[in-house]
Amino acid sequence: MTETREALRGFGRGVRVAAAAAFAAGAALLAAAPGADAAEQYFPIPSSRVGPFSAMGTGYYGGIIDYLTYVNMTGGVNGVQLVWAECETEYNAARTAECYQRLMVGPNGQRMVVFDTLGTPGAYAVINRMAEDQVVLAQYGYGRTDAADGTVWPWVFNAASHYWDQIAMKLAFMAEQEGGVENMRGKKVVHLHIDSAFGREPLPAMRAIAEEWGLNLVEIAIPSPGLEQQSQWLQIRRERPDWVTFYCAGSGMCSTGMTAAARVNFPRDRMIYVTFGGAEEDMVPAGDAGVGTYVVANAVPGRDFPLVQEIERVVYGAGRGNLSNPERVGTVYWNRGVGAAVAWIEALRNAQEMFDKVGQPVTGAEFRDGYEALDMNAARLEELGVAEMIAPYRMTCAEHGGARKFRMMQWDGTQFQVVSDWMGPNDPDMISEMIRESAARFAEENGITPRECPPDPA
Amino acid sequence: MIDTVELLFFLEVLIGGLLAGVMYSLVALGFVLIYKASRVFNFAQGAMVFFAVLSFVGFMELGLPFWAAFLVTVALMILVGMTTERLVLRQLVNQSDQTLLMATIGLAFVFEGMGQLIWGVEVRRLDLGIPDVPLEWVLDSTGMFISALDISAGVVAAVMVTVLAILFSKTKIGLGLRAVADGHAAAMSIGIPLKSIWMIVWATAGVVALVAGMMWGARNGVQFALVWLALKAWPVLIIGGFTSVPGVIVAGLMVGAIEKVAEVYIGPAFGGGIEGWAPYMMAVVFLMFRPEGLFGERMIRRV
Amino acid sequence: MIYRQAGQFRTSYAADSRAIPFREDRVALALILIAAYFVIPFTASDYWLSVILVPWLALSLVATGQNILMGYAGQHSLGSAGFMAVGAFACYNLMLRIDGMPFLVALILSGVIAALVGVVFGLPSLRVRGIYLAVATLAAQFFIVWVIDKFGWFTNYDTSGIITTQRMEIFGYRFTTPAEQYLIVLGIVTALTWLADNMARGRTGRNWMAVRDMDVAAEVMGLSLLRTKLQAFAISSFYCGVGGALFAYAFLRSVEPTAFDIYLSFRVMFMAIIGGLATTIGPFLGAAFILLMPVFLNTTFQGLFGAAVDATIISALEQVIFGVAIILFMIFEPLGLARLLQIAQDRLRQWPFKY
Repeated sequence: MTETREALRGFGRGVRVAAAAAFAAGAALLAAAPGADAAEQYFPIPSSRVGPFSAMGTGYYGGIIDYLTYVNMTGGVNGVQLVWAECETEYNAARTAECYQRLMVGPNGQRMVVFDTLGTPGAYAVINRMAEDQVVLAQYGYGRTDAADGTVWPWVFNAASHYWDQIAMKLAFMAEQEGGVENMRGKKVVHLHIDSAFGREPLPAMRAIAEEWGLNLVEIAIPSPGLEQQSQWLQIRRERPDWVTFYCAGSGMCSTGMTAAARVNFPRDRMIYVTFGGAEEDMVPAGDAGVGTYVVANAVPGRDFPLVQEIERVVYGAGRGNLSNPERVGTVYWNRGVGAAVAWIEALRNAQEMFDKVGQPVTGAEFRDGYEALDMNAARLEELGVAEMIAPYRMTCAEHGGARKFRMMQWDGTQFQVVSDWMGPNDPDMISEMIRESAARFAEENGITPRECPPDPA
Repeated sequence: MIDTVELLFFLEVLIGGLLAGVMYSLVALGFVLIYKASRVFNFAQGAMVFFAVLSFVGFMELGLPFWAAFLVTVALMILVGMTTERLVLRQLVNQSDQTLLMATIGLAFVFEGMGQLIWGVEVRRLDLGIPDVPLEWVLDSTGMFISALDISAGVVAAVMVTVLAILFSKTKIGLGLRAVADGHAAAMSIGIPLKSIWMIVWATAGVVALVAGMMWGARNGVQFALVWLALKAWPVLIIGGFTSVPGVIVAGLMVGAIEKVAEVYIGPAFGGGIEGWAPYMMAVVFLMFRPEGLFGERMIRRV
Repeated sequence: MIYRQAGQFRTSYAADSRAIPFREDRVALALILIAAYFVIPFTASDYWLSVILVPWLALSLVATGQNILMGYAGQHSLGSAGFMAVGAFACYNLMLRIDGMPFLVALILSGVIAALVGVVFGLPSLRVRGIYLAVATLAAQFFIVWVIDKFGWFTNYDTSGIITTQRMEIFGYRFTTPAEQYLIVLGIVTALTWLADNMARGRTGRNWMAVRDMDVAAEVMGLSLLRTKLQAFAISSFYCGVGGALFAYAFLRSVEPTAFDIYLSFRVMFMAIIGGLATTIGPFLGAAFILLMPVFLNTTFQGLFGAAVDATIISALEQVIFGVAIILFMIFEPLGLARLLQIAQDRLRQWPFKY
């Protein structure tokens, strides 16, 4: 017992509080405990650490926790220390819903202010509860696309953009490679996707652009779990497309995509992977078959960014890193997690300042306003040490779509090489219009009155 | 006149399907072995495939050369198989089907968890030295894409089935196994050591799992998703019959071929994705006409 | 002392076939129901109500359906999640497309639709049995989910194929808070469980059991196998359908068809078996075990070790313990939790004086 206590003491505050999580939850989270007066802010970590999505979960939430630890070790947010509790979702919608409620009240009795499911099924499972529970759903580049419309979804944000912008960016990248949009006429693009909501999410935008550009779009679905893709790749071989956009889920399906392409000699440098599917963990198992594959990034991997080096020095130097394998610092998912956590902390900082609560915890509503006030311009990113790692962005009342920009990377067999500058859709207004229509339709069907937004001053 | 290109493409789909089918059969074989000897539907076979190949790659990462790692893993799987039999299945003699099924489902959780506990959750690459790319000479002469790895898998499956067939028909163990399959009590009454037969069967199933895992791991990477292979093996079992080794081979070929042809030629009409259920539907239709499977034993029920 | 059944004589046939023959058991049940209806809604936290109790009740109902098929009628099935999907999406479309459709009617109708689908996929049971049938019913599982996923009509052409369930409204009253939703689910589950218990004890149940114990013999005695087996499939699917609709409406609220995947089917089967087949209380106990065990392990381990141990190891360890628990269960109490409860009752009967 004493050893345990001794060991725990060595791990500092965040750890001890996490250790208390179970007892709080075990006590059935009875009524909401009185607000803690200690200067703490609680964050939930609904991680997925086992099963086919473990690479994603350990990397992404590892990045988040490492950044929170880093902030704590460097004085907190205006003195406010961050605490967190973890819950295993296994990337499953029902268990995410359970974790959402379990993590609702933190070990210190505070209600959570933000939730990040890292996964479209999980996001859909909780998205309708946000306004009621006053929790921000921070979708970092995944989830429900039309939630980028802040008038219908005030509580949902897409700081790292969404799938419609992403697919439009991919098409823009293809057009660039082919020498202009006019050359895209008659070109054939296959959208190869897992047969689920996530796989179909980009289709509306893709179809609209295909029609406008005169593209020949072919949709091919792979039934879950997607380990066996031979017939789909045979179809691709028969279709002889110019490009393939690949939406895979889980590392098994993703790495198989490249080996299956190799089996039919489809050139890998004509395949573009989705952000959540192309990481080192997906590329390595494919071996040589992966060389040349394109992957879209919303947070660029690498260890050269000042913040990444700082975290390595401060957090891992003190032996308090969350990754069991420190080699994974700077990988795609870890950097993405850091990017997501930076947005949380900036929003918290904003909220403290906006509501005159510097050095105090904030509520969900205050945090939401802080998130909406995010202005991550180039200068601020530079200060934070993540310039070039994530694209500059700012939120407004109506526009929750974040940066709307991505970079293209290419796998060289051992690591990713960034091959493009920050790129967005060719016609962002068209995507915005589609989002407005889709959100308006949702609002009408569900009896939501969209809020009025003042015109954007900028 | 038949379009040659189309015909060649059809052949390619068909051959690709047949070879994929062989890979399914490899997984299904493990089920048959155990079911034949003990009437247990070993739900954990998929997890055993995962556990076996994960351990193999793990040993290689620890620095063991290929053959040493293979032998160590074979030894490990034999040990795991025997332990499982000793600790779990032997405790459950004479229990109902669903109890046995449930226990093997519990086993599946244990294998999945143990694998990830010991070796971690990262996806790993397995290089058998056989590239998973089209064979050049086939490509040059016919324009068809046939993977070298698939062909090797076919050869491995053929060798394994032959070995198993010899084991069953020519050796004393095989004789005992067939007696056990006919009836536990009867076999025991004529002095066949039931328990050691079962241990041998579970150990063999472990080794079969390793081989299947290595072929699939080389193709798809060594990772958790391998446990789902069992889903592909079940329709094969139904069609082939749970008790027949040649049955699962033939059924594997059928399922693979029909699944691919259906997906490529019928799938697009419905937006694709039909190969998830096509083998099961095929199995249901098949059951209507031949409930015991292709080569399964006819079920005689007495009142 | 407090649990004595001596002296309770049954003097009529009616008394002999009561659902719960002993007074003490009736009192216990009444107390549990009173607590469930009048105490829990006001005392339990939103966490317990909305993510533990509601899904537990809904899945207990599904497990009851599975139990009818597997426990009473002896037909192995792995299609329950598919039938849940039918129920959930039927309910959604009924509410969406028919103006003024009351929720309760839609719920019952969605159960009926699930029953019809169940009959179709129950047809293989006339030819095969045991594990063969279980695998054959997987066809239902995969096919149903695929159809709902593939044809946009079922999801009202939602771009990503996800439905957002309508509000539950009965007689003009909207059930929105966790406590209200819990009550509505509880009410439906109580009614249907009572019905299931009566069916199982009556002629219908005896027919099922005759088929389960020896179908050839049952047929010789003049039972129609066709009718009995398909009836079991229909009723079981009805329960799965209603349970699925409740699962979607009271718990998930945003549903994609793939939420009803094969793993849910497996879990429902675990619930039925671990709870104890052919008992009324079994599915409830089993659902609690399967649903709460991972949550309990996850919470305990997070609490015991926190971040001191790699969270990945904790998650993997949970899986191992869960598996070991199932195996131990099957070795030491293959008849399930219901049997444990019965043993406890027997002990209590002699407590504190053994004589």
